[in-house]
Parts: sequence; C-alpha cells; structure tokens
Amino acid sequence: MTDARPSSVSQPRGKALRLHRGLARIWGSDQRFRGWLTTSNNNDIGTLFLIVATSFFVIGGILAMLIRTQLATPDSAFMAPQVYSQIFTMHGTVMMFLFAIPFFEAMSMLLLPGMLGTRDLAFPRLGAYGLWVYIFGGSAVIIAMLMGLAPDGGWFMYPPLSSAAFSPGIGADVWLLGITSIEVSAIATAIEVIVTVLRYRAAGMSLSRMPIFAWYILVVSVMILTAFPPMILGSLLLEVERALNWPFFKVENGGDPLLWQHLFWLFGHPEVYIIFLPAAGVIATILPVMARTNLLGYGWVVAAAVSLAVLSFGLWVHHMFTTGIPHIGLAFFSAASTLVAVPTSVMIFSWIGTLWKGRARMELPMLWIMGFFATFVIGGLTGVMLAVVPFNWQVHDTHFVVAHLHYVLIGGYVFPMVAAIYYFMPLLTGRTRFFKLGEVAFWLVVPSFHITFLSIHMAGLLGQRRRTWTYDADQGWTALNLVASVASFVMAIGFALIILDVAVNAFVAVRGRRNPWGAGTLEWAAAIPSPAYGFASIPIVQGRYPLHDDPDLALHIARGEGYLGDASRNRRETLIVSTARGEPSQVVVLPGNSVLPFLLALVTSTSFLAPLFDAYIVAGLALVGVVALALVWAWGLGARADEGHVDAGHGAKLPLASESPDPPGWWGSVFLLLADGVHFGSLLFGYAFLWTVAPNWPPHSYLQAQLWAVILALTGALALTAGPRLAVRAIATGGAVWPTIALGIVGALALAIAAASVILDRPDPASHAYDATLWLLAGHVGLHTFLSSIMLFYLAARGAAGYASPARIGEAGIVRLWADFTVATGLVALAAAWLPGAFA
Amino acid sequence: MLACGLAIFLLVMALLLAAFYRPANPSVDGRDESGTRVWMWGLGLGFPLVTLAALTGYGLSIGERLLPREAPDLVTVQAEARQWAWTFRYGENRVIATEGVLHIPAGRPVNVEITSTDVIHSFWVPRLAGKLDAIPGHVNVLRIEAARAGTYDGQSAEFSGRGYREHVFTVEAHDAASWATFLKEGTQ
Repeated sequence: MTDARPSSVSQPRGKALRLHRGLARIWGSDQRFRGWLTTSNNNDIGTLFLIVATSFFVIGGILAMLIRTQLATPDSAFMAPQVYSQIFTMHGTVMMFLFAIPFFEAMSMLLLPGMLGTRDLAFPRLGAYGLWVYIFGGSAVIIAMLMGLAPDGGWFMYPPLSSAAFSPGIGADVWLLGITSIEVSAIATAIEVIVTVLRYRAAGMSLSRMPIFAWYILVVSVMILTAFPPMILGSLLLEVERALNWPFFKVENGGDPLLWQHLFWLFGHPEVYIIFLPAAGVIATILPVMARTNLLGYGWVVAAAVSLAVLSFGLWVHHMFTTGIPHIGLAFFSAASTLVAVPTSVMIFSWIGTLWKGRARMELPMLWIMGFFATFVIGGLTGVMLAVVPFNWQVHDTHFVVAHLHYVLIGGYVFPMVAAIYYFMPLLTGRTRFFKLGEVAFWLVVPSFHITFLSIHMAGLLGQRRRTWTYDADQGWTALNLVASVASFVMAIGFALIILDVAVNAFVAVRGRRNPWGAGTLEWAAAIPSPAYGFASIPIVQGRYPLHDDPDLALHIARGEGYLGDASRNRRETLIVSTARGEPSQVVVLPGNSVLPFLLALVTSTSFLAPLFDAYIVAGLALVGVVALALVWAWGLGARADEGHVDAGHGAKLPLASESPDPPGWWGSVFLLLADGVHFGSLLFGYAFLWTVAPNWPPHSYLQAQLWAVILALTGALALTAGPRLAVRAIATGGAVWPTIALGIVGALALAIAAASVILDRPDPASHAYDATLWLLAGHVGLHTFLSSIMLFYLAARGAAGYASPARIGEAGIVRLWADFTVATGLVALAAAWLPGAFA
Repeated sequence: MLACGLAIFLLVMALLLAAFYRPANPSVDGRDESGTRVWMWGLGLGFPLVTLAALTGYGLSIGERLLPREAPDLVTVQAEARQWAWTFRYGENRVIATEGVLHIPAGRPVNVEITSTDVIHSFWVPRLAGKLDAIPGHVNVLRIEAARAGTYDGQSAEFSGRGYREHVFTVEAHDAASWATFLKEGTQ
C-alpha cells in the first residue's frame, strides 16, 4: 500500500499539464450560472443531486421532529389529527422517495466513473434529465405540503382510504403524480448506471476485477428497473380510478383494494433492499481499506448481493400477513422472509472476517460503520422476529414496526452513507478534514438513536399503535414517549452537526494529498478534486486493486499513458469495453453541454403535474412537447459521415460507438424495455389477480373478438416485425429504405386499429374492473404502436438526411428492438383481452 | 426469541470488537483467503441456516395452533367495521346485533368473521389473539377464545383517517349462564 506522492507528479509536468488543459477545455461545463442548467458532467450532476437529496433529508427530519413533539406528551394539543396525518405521511414519503433513493444515486454518479476508470457516465444528458425531473417532482410535493394539500393516508396510500370517496381533494393526487415522476427519474438513472457498469470501464477491468461497489450498484439498478414498474402501474390505476372512476379498487364494480397492496409491496419490499444494498456496497468498499487489506470472499459477497436481490422479490406478501392470506401462503412467505437473513449474514461475516484478516484502525468512517453494525444487527433480528407470523399478528401496525424499520433504514442506510461522505470527502472536495465535529456528532447521533428507538420498540410492545395522533396519560406510554422525543432531538442536533461539518470542511479545510486512506481502487488515481474529464487517459488494470499493483498508476494516467490520452480530436471521448472481459472494443463520443435535458424535464414534469389542477389541455400540450423535444434531442446526436476506426492509443484501432451494431443507446433501450416489460407484466398480474380473487367476478359478459380484428392484429404484427428488419437490411446494403418503413408503419397502424376495436366494443371502462383493464391493455398497444411509428418515421428521416450508413446502423437496430417489443407485448395484450371471451 | 436475539447480537459485537484488540498479524497479505472456511461457510452460511430453521419451525407450529379448526362447541360471530364504529352480529341469520361491544361466551372457541363496509380496518384484541384485517368485499375469519369471563379491550389497527385513534371496541366474555341470557334476550 503506497500513497501516490504529489511530488512525483511534478517531473513530467509538461506533458501532463498540456493534456490536462486540453481535456479540461473539452469537458468543462459553462462557468456562468446557466452552466448549472446545461451541464451534464457527472461531477456537477452528482453534486447537485447530493445537495438536493440532503435538503430533502433536512425537510424529512423537520417533519420527524414535529411528530416527536406531538407524541412527547399525552393528549397533546400541538397538532390536530388531520395535520398529524399529513405530517407522518409526508415524513415517510420524503425520506423514502425524495431522500434515500436519490442520495445513493448521487453517490453512484459521483463515484462510479472514477471507480470504473472511465470519464463520465454512459448517458450524461439522461443523468441531467433525471436530476431535473427529480427536482421538479420533489419540489411540487413539498410545495403542496406547505399549502396544506399534502396526502394524509399514510405513505403506503391504501385504497379505499386513498380513493376519491374517502380522500377528496388533490392530496392523494399530489402523492401519486409526484412520486411517479420521481420514479421516472430513478429509472433514468438506473439505466444510465447499468450501461456504465457493463460497458464503460478501464481497459482490462473484467467483471471479476470490478470494484465491489460497482457490483452492488449494478444489482440495485436492475432491481429498480424491476421493482418500480409495479408501483408505477399501481399509481396509474389509482390515479385513473380517482380521476375517471375506473373501478380497479372498488369492490362493487369488480375491483379489489388488495390489488393495490400487492402492487405496492411488490415494489415496497425490494425497495428496502434497494436502499440497503448501496449502503452495503459502501461498507464493502470502505471497511477493507480501514483494515488495510482486501475484502474477504469477494465472490461470496457478489453472490450474496445477487441472491438478496432475487429473494427480496419473493417477500412482498410479508407486509400483508394480517390481510387474510391462506395459511399455506403464510408458511411459504414466512420461511422466505427468514431466508433473507442468510445472504445478509454472509455479508456481515465477510466484513468481520476482513477486519480479522487485516489490521483494523478506527478512523471516523470506521466509527460510523461500527454504528452500522450495532444498529443493523438489532434491526435484522427484530426483522426475523417480524417474519414469524404469530408474533407479526401481535405487533403489526404498532410502534414496534416503526422502530424496526428505523433500525434497518437509519442503521442500515444512513450510518453507512455518513461513513461514505467522510471517507470520500477528500476525493470530492480535495480537502482533508480538519475540525473534529464529526466525532462529536457520532457520539450524539448513535447513542440517542438507540435510546429513541428502543423506547419506541417498547411502546409498540405495550400496544401503542402507529399513526395515532396522541394517547392518554393512563395508557402507560408517557415516559417512553418523552424519552424517545428528547433523545430524537439530540439525534437531530447530531445530524445538523454532520451537515455543518461537511459544508465547512468542503470550503475551508486544508488541501489534502491524493489517496489519504491508502485505497487500492481507481477512483483514488485521479487528481483530486476530480476534474471534469476524470482521467487524463483511460487506465489499464490487471487486478482488483490497481493502485496497490502499481503505486505510480496516477502518474502514468496523468501523462496520458493509458488509452485515449490525447485531446487532439477535440471531443468528449471515452472507452467502451467488452462486457465480461473488459477488452477495449469501441470509442464513444459523449455529447456536450446542453439545455435540452432541463427543458425536457420541464415539459415532462408539467405533463405530470398539470392534471392536478385539472389543466388537461396543458398536460396534453406538454406531452406533445415531450415527444418533440425528445426528437430534437436525438436528432442532434450522430454523424453524417463514416469516420472508420480511430486510434485509441497503444496501437488499438477501435470503431466509434456510433459505427457499431450495439451502441450504448441499444443497451439503454434493452434495459428500458426490461422496465417496460415488467410494467406490462404487472398489468397482466393485476388482471389475473382481480379475475381470481376479487369479489363480483366474472363480469356480466365477455368481450367477443371480431374475426377481422384478429386477422388485422396478426397481419399488423407480421408487418411490424418485418418492416424494421428489412429497413436494417436496406440500410446495410444501400437499398431503398422508405418502402420498408412504410411496411412497418402500416403494421403498427393495423395493430393499433385492432386494439381500438377492443375499446369500441366495451365503451364504458367505469362499469367494471374488467372493462377498465381491457382499456389499459388496449392503451398499452396504442402507446407502443404510436412510439414505434414515431421511431420508424424518425429512422426514415435520419436516412434521408444522411445519418445512416452500412456502418452507422445502430439506430436502426434500436428501432427494430422497440418494434419487436411492441409486437410481442401487443399480441399478448390482445390475446389476454380476447381469449376469455373465446372460451367462455 | 428475545434471549436468542440478544445472544446473536452480543456474539456479532464481540467478534467485531475483538478485531480491534487482537495482536496484529505479522504476515499481512491482502490476497489471503484462508479465512473463507470459518467466516463464510461456517458463520456466514451455516450459522443462520441452523438458527432460522429452528425459528421457522417454532413459528409455524405456534401458527398452526392459532388456526381456526373444527370444534363441536364453536360459536360464530360477525364483526363489521366502518369509519369509525364496529357492528357485531350473532345467532342464526345474524338477527342479534350490538354496536361497539362484542359479546362472546368464555371458554369456548369463537370464529369472528371480519369485514368492512368502507375502508380497510383491522380487528385486534391484544389479549385474545393477533390482528386480522377487515377488508371491503372480503371476509377474514379469526379464531379467538377467552379463557375466563370478563372485559377485554379491542381496537382497530389499520390507519383509517381522522377517527382512527377512537376506533375501539370492547369484548364482553360471558359465562355459560349469562351467554344464554344474552342470546335469549337478543332474539326477543
């Protein structure tokens, strides 16, 4: 373990400095204020993300303090029950959606390119778009709260309480639309991160040499793509029921309130691990450095993270143990719930074993990790208790559950994130910590956390129900609640100190040296604070800990001795490697600064938020704006001439990504379609669930398929499959593209007409959940045939304008992918609509 | 369960702290993976599998006993929740009804058929049984049994809006004679 000494960089200053100047000019963002709106650099976006997420953490913390003030004394007159309901609903919502997920996304944006040895994330503009959607959606939710329009049904919004009949007003709509826009942002970021981890790495960084944090974030991002769509569907169903009276959750018309609970917890349980796994990734990164050794059982930890992700999708029902699930189901889910303790235990003991293997030191980040262990193990154990059904039946919906989830979320997420902030601060700010406020804050936060939530555990065991706005003096909870409240205020002071400490250190502390902890991973090989371009050249690595293998690596990188150590082409280039082995395979040119992501986020958020004020015309115009801006955005990328292979250094001649059959956009589409497919699958699940479980089924009559519509759908599917394929071939061979595009568009149109026949035959979606579901199935087909048609038109226009060639075939491949998805899910949707009528 | 939990917690913390107070190992090589057998196979994998198997078996066997089962002297009552009150019905054709007070015979198993007419509530009498949700359109059956006559407090345990805190009821467990009287008076 060696520190890269700043003095050793000074000798070849000439070359390194020239390279630095060239790259800084190419990659830099606009230094004026508007630069904040146009930047797409991961350092800027990540920093903004981090600041905004921290602001929401402060807001959520203030709400928590209001809750504890209310509960400090019995029969409190501080808040009325209606206000209290809004406060606790918003506390949960803000912390889960506006703080926890964006905060680790911010960390991944800031850290991943450095760890992976690349210069930026795969889709810089998509990252900027995600940031702005998050800011607009989150602010709308907070502003609504300040206007007294917050939702008040608890953060999991169970209908019928959240339905129009029992929650009039726009509170619930604010929640549904605001949260959905934030989920859109999370999905955008997840796609960006996945493609980055899979394709944008240092030369030679195979999957098995990847830093452990990248593995964790990869797993989490795939989980986001599979867990968020059910929630988005649930929000869509509930919003449609509230606005248009389509009865998905209304028992009288064939709906079922339990459908919401399934969709919500299909998202909600993985969400817990989506929040925990990044924190685990942080621990697995920091702890070995603190022990001056390597992580014990790297492969075990990766396997544990993957199995935790898989298991977490089998557990959603354990939030519904009291809803009358059949006993055999309870037994299965109870066993599965306890099973998640196994991969968690693998991780915990890998970390303790790592400490035993090396020489542990107690720096501030390590202190916070110790706080994590003490807290999370207790949270895990109370979690195992909750998985035992008889116990669950007693404490479900008491303060015991509240205390348990705070142990898991604060202990398992917030403490490791504080450790990460302190550990990575030298990297992000270029400064060394200098005040000792962090230690003081630790001893304020951790003990008072335990006093607070142990008291709340006890109150729960004594029967205090969550979400009750006050209690009587003779119920025996007075002392416990007072202790919890006082300690929680001490904890809040501690968190305020941390924020103050970080802010002060970021601006006034002394400049620090590179790699102060003696870590072995690549992020510490870049200059600190990280310049906009990240690495002056793309590093070449031979192991998991390149800085330990080569102590002078930072110097070699700065001199341009890696790949692409050359600013002469005057554009933002970075390396794409083969997914598994990490061999250099393409050179990608990243787009520059642009205001488009900001504008697109603005119209997207408008389309989400305008319906709150019944401004449906504005929402419609905004949707048109979304499509138009997306086309402008896409049009601005690409080239009109083939460039051939370019020199990437080390004698490597690599094709440009835009002249490869699988450009990053193709990979991004694959993962976006994964999320889309899960969304569609959730719709089918909802359909089947209502059919088998909901009262008042089957409906009075079934949709009877028209023969002409079936034939039209099948022919359309054939044409939409063939069109894009022939288009790819026509571009590759220089043939005529227009006829193949026309074939595809006619196919899309035919499919859309077949879907429209479903709607025309069942004109009243408000009459029964069956009809409402048919409308959604048809809507799915309609939306995707529309998107496919737009893409086909776009492809034709690109070809005409000279943006396509036999080499530049990637865009056509993307269109083919979307068309195939449209055909596959379209046929399934129509079959689901028609088959019951054919067999009834 | 609590004692086991505490023991596991103490074990983990002891192992953790021992790492800091252990004499330094002179031959430190980061690539050394010899600890895998003890840490990963033994503690990481074996330890939780054994404990969890025991715990799950225990939980399932307890759960089995809580299941509504055939019983010759079974009494069935109906509990209907709404914002923010409870209606209980008894007897054949559910002709007897009470508001806010559930009458049951002591010492006999009772099936409570729980449902709701508006939003989701939850039926919970902590001293008699765990909770079960009242869901519109569904009937959930909870088996309760009061060992001796007396009054037991019950409450809703699913947030239901403004009146949630006051959404309570009581259970009146009667001895055989007064149960007979209750039924007789009710039918008249």
